[in-house]
Formats: sequence, C-alpha cells, structure tokens
Amino acid sequence: MTNETKDHSALADIFNKDEARVNWHDETLWWIRAKRDKAVHQLPEWEDLRETASRIKHNVLSNMSSYLQQFEANAIANGITVHWAADAKEHNQIVLSLLQKHSVTRMVKSKSMLTEECHLNEYLGENGVDVIDSDLGERIVQLAHEPPSHIVLPCIHKKKEEIGELFHQYLGTPAGNADPQFLTETARHHLRETFLTRRAALTGVNFAIAETGEFVVCTNEGNADMGAHLADVHIASMGFEKIIPERKHLSVFLRLLTRSATGQPITTYSSHFGKPRPGQEMHIVIVDNGRSVQLGREEFRNSLKCIRCGACMNTCPVYRRSGGHSYHNAISGPIGAILAPNLDMEKYADLPFASTLCGSCSNVCPVKIDIHDQLYKWRQVIVKNGYATKTKKAGMQVMTLTLSSPTIYHVGGKAGRWFMKHVPFAVNNKLNPWYKQRDMPEPPKESFGEWYSKNRKKS
Amino acid sequence: MTNEPMNASRDKILAAITQNQPASVPVPDISFLKGGPEDPEEKFTTVLTTIGGKVLKVKGFDEIKKLLPEHFDTGKRVVTTLAELSDAGQLYAGEPIDPHTMEDIELTITSAHFAVAENGAVWVTEELIKQRVLPFICQHLAVVVNAGSIVPTMHEAYQKIGNTTYGFGTFIAGPSKTADIEQSLVLGAHGPRSMTVFILG
Repeated sequence: MTNETKDHSALADIFNKDEARVNWHDETLWWIRAKRDKAVHQLPEWEDLRETASRIKHNVLSNMSSYLQQFEANAIANGITVHWAADAKEHNQIVLSLLQKHSVTRMVKSKSMLTEECHLNEYLGENGVDVIDSDLGERIVQLAHEPPSHIVLPCIHKKKEEIGELFHQYLGTPAGNADPQFLTETARHHLRETFLTRRAALTGVNFAIAETGEFVVCTNEGNADMGAHLADVHIASMGFEKIIPERKHLSVFLRLLTRSATGQPITTYSSHFGKPRPGQEMHIVIVDNGRSVQLGREEFRNSLKCIRCGACMNTCPVYRRSGGHSYHNAISGPIGAILAPNLDMEKYADLPFASTLCGSCSNVCPVKIDIHDQLYKWRQVIVKNGYATKTKKAGMQVMTLTLSSPTIYHVGGKAGRWFMKHVPFAVNNKLNPWYKQRDMPEPPKESFGEWYSKNRKKS
Repeated sequence: MTNEPMNASRDKILAAITQNQPASVPVPDISFLKGGPEDPEEKFTTVLTTIGGKVLKVKGFDEIKKLLPEHFDTGKRVVTTLAELSDAGQLYAGEPIDPHTMEDIELTITSAHFAVAENGAVWVTEELIKQRVLPFICQHLAVVVNAGSIVPTMHEAYQKIGNTTYGFGTFIAGPSKTADIEQSLVLGAHGPRSMTVFILG
C-alpha cells in the first residue's frame, strides 16, 4: 500500500483535494455524533454507566492475568479450543493451520479489526485461502482493495455511486445503479451463497466473559451468526483486552456500545457463544501483539479499555476532515492514534500530532479513556525518542532558541509583524505549513511588550 | 495434546501481563443500576417499532394463527418451534439436521424467554430456537413473548439470565439491517427482512 510512506498530513492533503467530499464526510460523521447524543440524553444514568464501565475496565486491566486464565479454563470446559498468539504472525499461522487441518481453502469472515491489524486476509491469500468479508461495508472496501476507513463504518468514505460501480464490476449489477436498497439486496444474495458454501467462519469478539468462558459478538446485519452457525469450524479472534469479569457486566457495556457508536439502543444481534454446536469445532485465538507492552506503559495503558465503538472518530474534527485512511493504521481516529505508536513508534510518530487536543474524544468515550491527554503525552514520548519529523524538530529548535533569548524574541517578533504587514507573501505561501487551509491573522501594530513600555511611562 | 510453541506463547503472554498489570483495583458494584418507572410493554412497543420491528398484541395462539396469513406469505415454508402452532407450519423440535436445509424458510415462529423494554430486544437461547441458525436464515422472523416477561433494562435482563447455562443465546432487536451505503438504512441485510413480536397476554 502506498500509504505506508506518507504521513497523516500528506495523506490528509490527498483527501482534502475534493472539498465537497470532505464536507460531505464531515457532515455525515457529525450526523452520527448527533444521533449518539440523542440516544445518550434519553438515559439520565448515562454518566453512571460510563463511570461504572470505566471502573470495571480498570479492574480488568489490574487482574488481566487471572481473568484470562479463568476465561481459558471455562472455555475449555465448554468444549472450546483456546489458542494463544504472541503476535500477528502467530495469530495468522494458527488460523491457517486450523484451516489446513480441515482442508479449507475458502473462509467467510465477519468484522474483526484484529484481523485487519494482523493483515490476516493478505496472509491467507498468499497461502491459498480465499477470504470473503461478510459485513457489507467490509465487503465493499474488500472489492475496492482498500482497508476499512472506520472501525464501525468501514466504507464511510465511499459515495454510493462508487459502490454502484464496484458492484457493476464485480457482482454484475447494471451500470449506473447506485440505489442503496438495490445494492444491499444484491450483496444479500451474493453473500448468502457464500454463507451456505463455506465450511469455516471467522468472527471477532466484542466481549469475553471470564466467569463463564463465553464470548459475545455484536452485529446489525447478522453476518457473524450466518457464518458461524452454518460452518463446521468457527474461529473467534480476540485481543486479550476484550475480557470482562462477569456475565452481568455485559448489561453495562451493551447499553453503552451502540448508543455511543451509532445512537442505536442495541445492535440487532448480541450473540453469546458458550459452546460449539453439536458436531462443530469452536476455536478462540487470544492475541497479544503488543498489548502486554501497552499494559506496562502507565500513561497509555488506559487505551486498552477501548470497546471499539468509534465515537471518538465520529466526533473528531481532524478525523472528520482527513478521513480514516490518512491514519495509515487498521484503527484510525483518536483511539488509533494512541494505540498505534505502541506497535511502532517510528512508523506512527505522526499520529498523536493529528489532533487539535480539543478533548471531544475523551468527552464521548463510553469507558472514559483520557484520549486527548494520551495524545499529548505520546507527543512528548515521540519527540524524546527522536521520532519527530524534521520540520517539527527544526521548528522546535528555532522556538527553543527564540524563547531562551529575550533579544532574539523581541527582534523576531518585530520582524514577523513587519513581514506579515509589508510582504505577506513571505509567510502566505506553500512553504509555511500553518498557512495550509488557514488565513494568516492580521498582524498587530505593536507587541504587548512595546505597548506596555509605552503606556507604563504615561502613567 | 501438547503443542510446544502454543504453550510457550501462552506462558510468555501471561508472564508479561502479570508483570505489567497495575495493582489490583476492586470491581464496582452495579446493583444500583436499574430501569425507571416507565411501563415496560409500552416502552418495548415504541422502541421496537422505532428500530423497524412490528409488535402485535394477542390474547392467545388462536389469534396468532389467524394473523399469520394476513402478515406473511404462508404459502411458502413456515417453521415453528412451538407445539401450539404446529398446524400453522412445520414443527421443528430440535431433531438433528443439516442447518443448510433451513435456507428456504420464509417464516420462523419461535418464542423468547423475555423481552427488554429499553432496546426492543428479545432473549432467545438454543433451548427455545433448537437450531442456532433458525432465527437468522429465515426471510421473516416472528417471536412470541409473554406480556408479563418484559423487563425495563439490560440490568434486569441479566438478572433474569443469571447463571443459567446455554450453548448459544442471543438478544434480537428488530430485523437484520445495514446502513453501510451512505448511511441509508436498509432492512434485510443477511438475516430476516422483518421481525414481528407477538405479545401474549
């Protein structure tokens, strides 16, 4: 993917070339944020729910090891096979070996951001296994050879006309038909055939219950259920942070999840998988892939409380105007920007800077992750570790010099005001990154220092 | 069956977690969370209707039988798990079958343990639906629930579920749906195109 070499601002530039599309993207996501607000305001106990969820998650983080072992023991007792994967590679190898054991070369998959993180589809493809994503949005981006741009709304960046064109090309619909009802009906038939012919299904996991060894998968489409209940082999992949202590705690999280995500009171299906169906094999792959390291980072471990609702993306002024692909990471938006540097600080050094630190993400987070504080803290860690970009480093050095010398500070201020007034093109040009999508302010006639020394003498 | 690398990863992951997890904090009490004074049946009806479902209040199974042809294409394959409705469709009592053979079901009629007012969901388990795919694979789904069994919120719902064991259980709230194409809501994604709840009582 070409995205690998460009940083967030370069990728956002590409997205910003089409202003009408940016506005549409921005408004669509804000509309979802507004739906979230409407749902939330119907519950007077909303803040109690958030606080409780946050505290349950703190309990989970602090007892992770024992909850995981309890979950494992209960799942095994229920007849589920439990696997552990230290990293993405091991996760992919486990899935492939299970498929090979059953001579499966075609698999259906429901939404799992973890498998995006692990690049499972590519790996299985290279090893002769064809994967079909069954969530409609994911199927659409799969046909377009793109990653999802949003964890809940994978093709939120796509216009229906583009989807119509993809369906025309791959599913044989008439050219120019972009009616959502018609396209969804087409996908229903195409994917029903897939569900009926695949012997293996992979799903994600929304919640895994230590107390019972069951796991819960939430969808609106019913695609996880259609895949899993028809397949001989069900593989469920989960990051280890999906664990919660007891079944009753689901009441708190299921009330928060979809209200935060889309403003729905609950997903259409909240399916609890306790045991394999008679004759079926059920596997759970518990994945670390950097999570245990993040758990050890005191300032950043709270990011592991995330329940993947996407509310922080919908509300983020930067995400809404830069698009999910500009984050060049499986999880985009504010939460992606605090998770990614843990995986690769150099590769994702740009992401914590892709924020205005306005704090809206932290305000809507249903489990009270201090997202904007963590973005701010990551910036410091990244600069300290020498991963800031060259322009940022140079700028910081100039600022350090300027602020440490009163003479340079005063001369610099004067020069700046003179330039802005007399030769505005010296700053209003493409070489000044601040000028992009902004107008330079009217320069003040004098600095506060000059004003103060003048007025002080008068009195 | 031992698999060395797998166990090695397990031990490695758990050791890293044990070392890195913060000092234990207690799990909070959630018993103070409960529903308000709203009438559960009224609330359930409003919410389920809002999210695309249909609610029909009935006195008994005879009334359901009368309503079925009005609301569904009963000339096609109808399957029910309810003995009371065995003359309205094929009775499925859970005999072992290949779930793929359920592909052509037009209407599934089953029952739920209870319903939840705040989100329009019904709770079903394998014990009631007999075959996991049954409420998903049909074109239309109808669920019978007792009027007295509607709880206000998910907190009361999980109190009812308690520590019962099930191989599979699911909350179903409305028809299968998607809004993945430009946020246009379309009912009937992969599962049922409609969901009707018969409230009995």
